[in-house]
Amino acid sequence: MSTNNVLVVAEHLDGQLKRISFECVTAAAEIAGSLGGQVQAMVLGTSLPAALAEQLGQAGAQTVFTADDGSLQDYAPERFAQVVADTVRRADPAVVLFGATARGRDLAPRVAAKLGVGLASDCTGFAVKDGRLVITRPMYAGKAIAQVALQSSPQMATVRPNIFPPAEVAPDRQEATIEPVAVGEIAAGAVVEEFQAKGGDRPELTEANIIVSGGRGMGGPENYVVIEALADALGAAVGASRAAVDAGWRPHSDQVGQTGKTVSPSLYVACGISGAIQHLAGMRTSKVIVAINKDADAPIFKVADYGIVGDLFDVVPALREAIRELND
Amino acid sequence: MNIIVCMKRTPDTATKIAVKDGQIDPACLDTWIINPYDEYAIEEALQLRDRAGEGKITLVSIGPPEAQETIRKGLAMGCDEAVHLVDDAFAGLDPLGAAKVLAAAIQKVGDFDLVYTGWKGVDEDHGQTGIYLAEFLGLPHVSMVVKIDDIGDGEARVEREVEGGHELVRTSLPAVFTAQKGENEPRYPTLRGIMGAKKKPFQTWSAADVGLDPAGLQPVQEILSVTLPPQRQAGRIVEGETVEEKARELARLLREEAKVI
Ligand SMILES: Cc1cc2nc3c(=O)[nH]c(=O)nc-3n(C[C@H](O)[C@H](O)[C@H](O)COP(=O)(O)OP(=O)(O)OC[C@H]3O[C@@H](n4cnc5c(N)ncnc54)[C@H](O)[C@@H]3O)c2cc1C
Ligand SMILES: Nc1ncnc2c1ncn2[C@@H]1O[C@H](COP(=O)(O)O)[C@@H](O)[C@H]1O
Repeated sequence: MSTNNVLVVAEHLDGQLKRISFECVTAAAEIAGSLGGQVQAMVLGTSLPAALAEQLGQAGAQTVFTADDGSLQDYAPERFAQVVADTVRRADPAVVLFGATARGRDLAPRVAAKLGVGLASDCTGFAVKDGRLVITRPMYAGKAIAQVALQSSPQMATVRPNIFPPAEVAPDRQEATIEPVAVGEIAAGAVVEEFQAKGGDRPELTEANIIVSGGRGMGGPENYVVIEALADALGAAVGASRAAVDAGWRPHSDQVGQTGKTVSPSLYVACGISGAIQHLAGMRTSKVIVAINKDADAPIFKVADYGIVGDLFDVVPALREAIRELND
Repeated sequence: MNIIVCMKRTPDTATKIAVKDGQIDPACLDTWIINPYDEYAIEEALQLRDRAGEGKITLVSIGPPEAQETIRKGLAMGCDEAVHLVDDAFAGLDPLGAAKVLAAAIQKVGDFDLVYTGWKGVDEDHGQTGIYLAEFLGLPHVSMVVKIDDIGDGEARVEREVEGGHELVRTSLPAVFTAQKGENEPRYPTLRGIMGAKKKPFQTWSAADVGLDPAGLQPVQEILSVTLPPQRQAGRIVEGETVEEKARELARLLREEAKVI
């Protein structure tokens, strides 16, 4: 029989916890509240700043497991998964949460495999019924929403970014108990040696609050300056349809849709995008959708909250100008 | 270079999902394709094999008898042989169960340098099976691979997609890679490929053939119910005399009404 605790495996970059980790703490607090257990957290790395565990405590974790070891400098899935699995066995939580990020989606299945348990991916909601989780997760790129249960213990899930509000760091909260985790020598066949940044300082698509996307209607790679200018006026990320990516105008990492990124920003501006079912699958959960298209019959208008029928090369610069006026 | 590609048939991405009795209506799933990410895996494998000038690509796929048609498409693209895992016990597998079956089958195939899976199936969107599989095979994995920079004797350097860029990963081989869409465009089968596919080795294995007890394959992930997402309503077309007027009105609405800018 496990404890009723919920363990968050936190993620950090450049000495800072990622926002998703605080979002996971929020989800964990909800679940732990219903189960009558504690929120716990875990961080792994080399020479971890004390602030990481401190902030997780101030966000609501009552116990923070820290695996601080020279061998955890570079990410190595087998090694990291072993350390997490060992900690899970020791802490015996009812639920383990990871962010549904490139890292979390890589690590969680390896941990689940080591523990021989199931895992729910990219979850958007949790409820507790008769002491077990009922998990909400989109399938078919959001064309269907499933309620799932895991018949293995601990129940493991990755949490979709931008769904839960990040837990607030309250400096006057009671301090968390820090539990150092011993790390032995663990062989790893695969090791991350380097990170190559894409460059540019626009926000990351999956994390962005506003996205401006361009499709085949952009006409060519050089024309993206038009939507980049709008994006920059809004502090937005730039996305693309598959047609634009397949034409080689934009990198695949910019693709929104069923075979690209699933995004749910508060504002999604689709420029020169017709609104194919595969594109809609990736952005239909955006809070507000704006469509700019010269074809009044384009399907994108059927899901858009606001639309302008017109040539994007006239409309987009005018919109940027209007936003600039508004901000002055 | 011998490569095993795990391939799943998935409903066409253009499928309109319908729900019946609280689950996905099987009747709406009527057109099937090779899971798009598995197609990227196949294309990568074909290019690796052809660059190496030797080796073979084995497709391994769990699916109902009708999946044979989709598996043959993979052979028509240029893969060398296929193993089709068919058993009543394989209906409704979750990623944990699928990985157990794939691991047993791959061990039986044997003699490989690389296992390629898609990073996720575009059906239930788990994105797990390849990583479970790596653990069960006792191999390293690299997920969301977009590029193979270098692959040689017992070692490879590959790039995986992460937020804001790429991670460069060094791994020993054999390993399991899960394919994200990279720079390669999956090829279309040629007429010759389609004809040739009929003559390629094609084996059908049951749970017993790979030494598995169906009792160990019960899904631990249970789909309690499925609903459709709330429909979006068409909103309003912003009108105005000039483009500038329309744009100003839209900006105002986004700030005052929608409160998103
Ligand atoms: C297996 C599979 C997976 C797929 N996955 C994805 C996916 O993940 N994401 C995705 O996006 N697609 C995906 N697709 C492709 C999808 O079916 C569509 O082909 C694609 O989304 C179309 O892109 P688009 O809207 O940019 O182009 P189009 O459909 O060609 O639309 C271009 C639009 O631009 C408008 N336009 C042209 N010029 C202007 C102008 N000057 N001003 C204003 N408007 C203008 C036109 O009226 C038109 O509506 C997938 C397809 C398949 C088969
Ligand atoms: N039934 C199956 N047969 C063969 N390969 C599969 C099967 N299910 C999953 N896979 C592989 O695992 C990948 C990820 O699937 P999933 O974890 O279901 O998202 C797929 O892209 C396939 O390569």
